[in-house]
Amino acid sequence: MSTQTYRPLYQRPRSLSPVRNSYCPGCHHGIVHRLLAELIDELQIQERSVIVAPVGCSVLAYNFFEIDAIQAAHGRAPAVATGIKRVHPEMVVITYQGDGDLAAIGTAEIVHAANRGERITTIFINNANFGMTGGQMAPTTLIGQKTETTPEGRDPLRNGFPLRVSEMIASLTGPTYVARVAVYTPPLVAKARSSIKKALLAQIEGRGFGFVEVLSTCPTNWGLTPLQATKWLEENMVPYYPLAEFVGGPQG
Amino acid sequence: MERVLMKGTEACAEAAIKAGCRYFFGYPITPQNEVASYMSKRMPVVGGVYLQGESELASINMVMGASAAGARAMTSSSSPGISLMQEGISYMVGCQLPAVIVNFVRGGPGLGGIGPAQSDYLQATKGGGHGDYNLVVLGPSSIQELVDLMKDAFEIADRYRNPVMVLADGIIGQMMEAVQFKFEIDPMTLPTKTWALDGAKGRSKRLINSLDLVPERLEQHNWNLQAKFTQAAETEVRWEEFMLDDAETVLVCFGTVARIAKKAIENARQKSIKVGMIRPISLWPFPQTPFNKVMAGAKRFLVVEMNAGQMVQDVRLAVCCQRPIRFSGKPGGTTFNPEMIEKLIWDLEEEDKR
Repeated sequence: MSTQTYRPLYQRPRSLSPVRNSYCPGCHHGIVHRLLAELIDELQIQERSVIVAPVGCSVLAYNFFEIDAIQAAHGRAPAVATGIKRVHPEMVVITYQGDGDLAAIGTAEIVHAANRGERITTIFINNANFGMTGGQMAPTTLIGQKTETTPEGRDPLRNGFPLRVSEMIASLTGPTYVARVAVYTPPLVAKARSSIKKALLAQIEGRGFGFVEVLSTCPTNWGLTPLQATKWLEENMVPYYPLAEFVGGPQG
Repeated sequence: MERVLMKGTEACAEAAIKAGCRYFFGYPITPQNEVASYMSKRMPVVGGVYLQGESELASINMVMGASAAGARAMTSSSSPGISLMQEGISYMVGCQLPAVIVNFVRGGPGLGGIGPAQSDYLQATKGGGHGDYNLVVLGPSSIQELVDLMKDAFEIADRYRNPVMVLADGIIGQMMEAVQFKFEIDPMTLPTKTWALDGAKGRSKRLINSLDLVPERLEQHNWNLQAKFTQAAETEVRWEEFMLDDAETVLVCFGTVARIAKKAIENARQKSIKVGMIRPISLWPFPQTPFNKVMAGAKRFLVVEMNAGQMVQDVRLAVCCQRPIRFSGKPGGTTFNPEMIEKLIWDLEEEDKR
């Protein structure tokens, strides 16, 4: 009788907690969580990483990673991360924030952390609305997009224009790596993984601030099926929010 | 021991460093800007970090991060800035994180002015932010006491894993006095914080968090916090008794006003007026014991504050309708001189005769 050895090709990353997450079916948070956990394993930083969870859909992110964690007030994750990093420069400090947290209430904190070139890494999930509170308008909501608080669609005369956060961060001198990615096809997932890795390496190698914006679906609040939501993201969000490496890429 | 002539704000900063604090985050606001400028010079020398936040919101959250990382951390501000920090203070209480926050109070409300005031007493002693909580609040009345209380503040914060507020005012911040530093703590010698975030190496992950979506569990968390506050209320209460032995008129003052009132009391005593003072040093917990001690001999209480009447509410609770209480206040950044307080004492004597 022959003995066979099996090599696992795909398994749960060590840094991803073996628990059910709290995200809706079809939401992209789960994919991004997995990518981040895979990279924490690959870069062998599990024992010196800390994640700063935001307020919003990913408020419970501290339950989903097997690393030290702290939950920050709405929008303040970059400031909390700054405090941790200044005490433990050898640690890898990651903020994980949505568009209500980072692009609305927390714009001051993210802009100034980026501008200081703070040696932290920020993952920014842009799903064009406030997910956790039930789908209200976010700064990232597109023109004409219907939400709980823009029932007739976002009117720029009343509500201003969708905020392109990556471009804003990229306009600063401080950041080392800034990219916008998406995860709705396998090649895009691979690209997103590469970008998050670059953002982490910028910190690990002490070069500076890394920022990755991930366009994400919100099927529940958009009122679409997961597949329809993916199509909506591709057709509506990608044209307004171009996928690119703004700082630290081949041309950066 | 060497005595150094120092401004209150700078003495406060040096005391924090000597208390083992190596992380200061702050945002400029008058009348306490020298704390930040002093820290920006000294912290790099002692291997610490001074960082100017983009706002008081950012600064208090940087303090929260540094505290979560296990360090003694602090910020300093004045009234409008302290209002902005209430969010972070509430989060730190919920997360059970120590920190020291110094408020050099100025006149309010709103932008108010830059004159010295005591008008943040209620904000400081009744919680200040959202949720059921208290901070231990220490109210120095001299620069030496400010120095000594800074050390106590860091120790109390660590002991209870709760922020501590030092409530000073613009006078204490801006005047100069000779001070002694009777302590020098090397932060490396402080006990390791077994809850701090320093990387899950050889241990399971740690979480610092104020969120709990299960109401029953959050209720229990609140009772656990309350148990700490009860313990602090018993252990951390402190006050000064001044010329109380035979006092018929008992002044109750804190901070700068108490300093001024002492001169007024000494002057009145020379004219054979039986007057003394209870000076709460811990504003929370508020000292009940000295009130019980003086009640039999006291005919009346006189509360003098640089506000429109805030600590007087706690005095009413402490006296519990057993004696009349008079209040005199000066809000908006104005203050008393000894003659004004002595006149208040004389007026009460005259009223008694009528």
